[in-house]
Amino acid sequence: MFRYIVRRLLQMVLAFFGTTLIVYALMFAGQGDPIQALAGERPVSAAQRAYLTEKFHLDQTGIGGFFYRYFDYVGNLLRGDLGDSLTGRKIGDMLAQAWPVTVKLAIIGLLVAILVGVTAGVIAGLRRGGIFDNATLALTLLVLGIPTIVLAPLAQYFLGVKLPLFPPTAGAEPSIYALLLPGIVLGSLSLATALRLTRTSVAENLRSDYVRTAKAKGMSVRRIVSVHVLRNSLIPVITFLGVELGNLMSGAIITEGVFNIPGVGFNLFRGIRTEDGPLVVGLVSVLVVVYLVSNLVVDVLYAVLDPRIRYE
Amino acid sequence: MSELETVAAAELSGGKAGSADPAARPRSLAGDAWRDLRRNPIFWISLVLVLAVTAMAAFPGLFTSNDPHDCTLARQHAGPGGGAPFGYDFQGCDIYARAVFGARASLLVGAFSALLTGIIAITVGMLAGYFGRWVDAALSRVIDVVLGIPLLLAAIVMLKRISSDSPNIRIIAVIFVLAILGWTTAARVIRSSVISAKQQDYVAAARMLGAGNGRTMWRHILPNSLAPVIVVLTIALGSFIAAEATLSFLGIGLKAPTISWGIDIDAGRTHMRESAVALVVPSTFLALTVLAFIMLGDAIRDAFDPKLR
Repeated sequence: MFRYIVRRLLQMVLAFFGTTLIVYALMFAGQGDPIQALAGERPVSAAQRAYLTEKFHLDQTGIGGFFYRYFDYVGNLLRGDLGDSLTGRKIGDMLAQAWPVTVKLAIIGLLVAILVGVTAGVIAGLRRGGIFDNATLALTLLVLGIPTIVLAPLAQYFLGVKLPLFPPTAGAEPSIYALLLPGIVLGSLSLATALRLTRTSVAENLRSDYVRTAKAKGMSVRRIVSVHVLRNSLIPVITFLGVELGNLMSGAIITEGVFNIPGVGFNLFRGIRTEDGPLVVGLVSVLVVVYLVSNLVVDVLYAVLDPRIRYE
Repeated sequence: MSELETVAAAELSGGKAGSADPAARPRSLAGDAWRDLRRNPIFWISLVLVLAVTAMAAFPGLFTSNDPHDCTLARQHAGPGGGAPFGYDFQGCDIYARAVFGARASLLVGAFSALLTGIIAITVGMLAGYFGRWVDAALSRVIDVVLGIPLLLAAIVMLKRISSDSPNIRIIAVIFVLAILGWTTAARVIRSSVISAKQQDYVAAARMLGAGNGRTMWRHILPNSLAPVIVVLTIALGSFIAAEATLSFLGIGLKAPTISWGIDIDAGRTHMRESAVALVVPSTFLALTVLAFIMLGDAIRDAFDPKLR
């Protein structure tokens, strides 16, 4: 177990350096003028150029200069200093403001996935092959197949504008109610996967020996399902949902952009549109770290929850 | 030692396995799968959709006689008419013609990304699965690292570097970015099916007959471990189309004058309060295309999976 955690940590460190190196190399190095690449199509004034040259140590050349700048960037990242966006605001401040909103949205999405997905998955798994099972399977395939860029604007139009059940956009200080529809849209993909996962694992566990033993002992079906089957079936679902929380936080770019929710994804969305290079790199770096850490936590959680799994 | 045992086993069972005539067998796995598929309505629906979109991409002129670039502001949000069954969008372009012509970029990106993904995945998965030991360890770590990179975020960073606005360069850039980030699942599938295939008798037989590593890998193992990866790639094709549309929607994938459903969905979204048709039509085209590929792959996998039968 301890060795597994250590190995997994080392792997994450590798992934961290791999990803940040790629992000860094793509954004700041390579051919052409890095400052112009940073600014995109906008003109760069002489003062900005001098400022950026000094800030990113661009006067040092060669491969040594590249790694000097890379470690500078990683060091700043680890210290939590993300630098300034091209608009002059501190990216760390923007992140601190945006983070709670994104977490709130991700939790709503996750709750939707758990409440609807796991419940429907258990029912479908208990009556495998029935009408409910087939209907939910078809429905989840539909949800898995429809991209968010279709789902989000259409939900916004039909449930926000045409049939005004929900506020179509969220605005600066979004209430829980305003975040409900985006949360459902965001969580629908995890909902579909959680449903399928629960269904398969419930159906598999129903056939296992311990269920037969419990039946033989004369236990009621209700107790078998709610105590024995559920407990064992939910292990893969819990780990999946853990990974999903990381995914939801990093994957909310489209949903937050469409519904105008001032979270991290929205800032990234705006950063891309306004060609704000430092903002994009800063946010992407943080999101990648969140993603890696949540994957690590979930992998370790998996080993703790299910002692049958042995890691060498 | 174990290799010798395998070879010995191959010698023992070789006679029996060799004499089995495939035509005399009652039903092969593929035959069974085809029988299942033929009766599956989802398979036929998705196949028809895939063929329709492919025809649309190859010959858009068959589906509409209007020019998608012919936009006149005088027709802004005008209703159906003049060969435009869904009317005109904010810029006065024929909504239907644009949706039809959008199929080409989507399918080009989807198909070539899937092809490139297949090439990378087969090479990496084959080498890792066949050679095992340190080659496997090293390549598996590479797969782990690439798998740990969130696709959309990395694609955003990579595509931000491409400043060229030439349509062809952007299409090629999107294809490469999606393939570089998306090959890992297929590589894992190939790796595991190569590992199970390399234990088979026919591999030992080929080795005994003097086939080298290259011949064993490409002529014997590859054809026998290709089926699962084709399913994965069909589903991946659908998700690559969705990813392209998402990137174009964000404004970093394809750019005008290339016609992409993602760009049109974004434009339609901005003006949805005046007229939602320009949002709904490209959305429907995109969703149906992505669904068709995913359902097709799903149906084929179900048919080939003996556990479900």
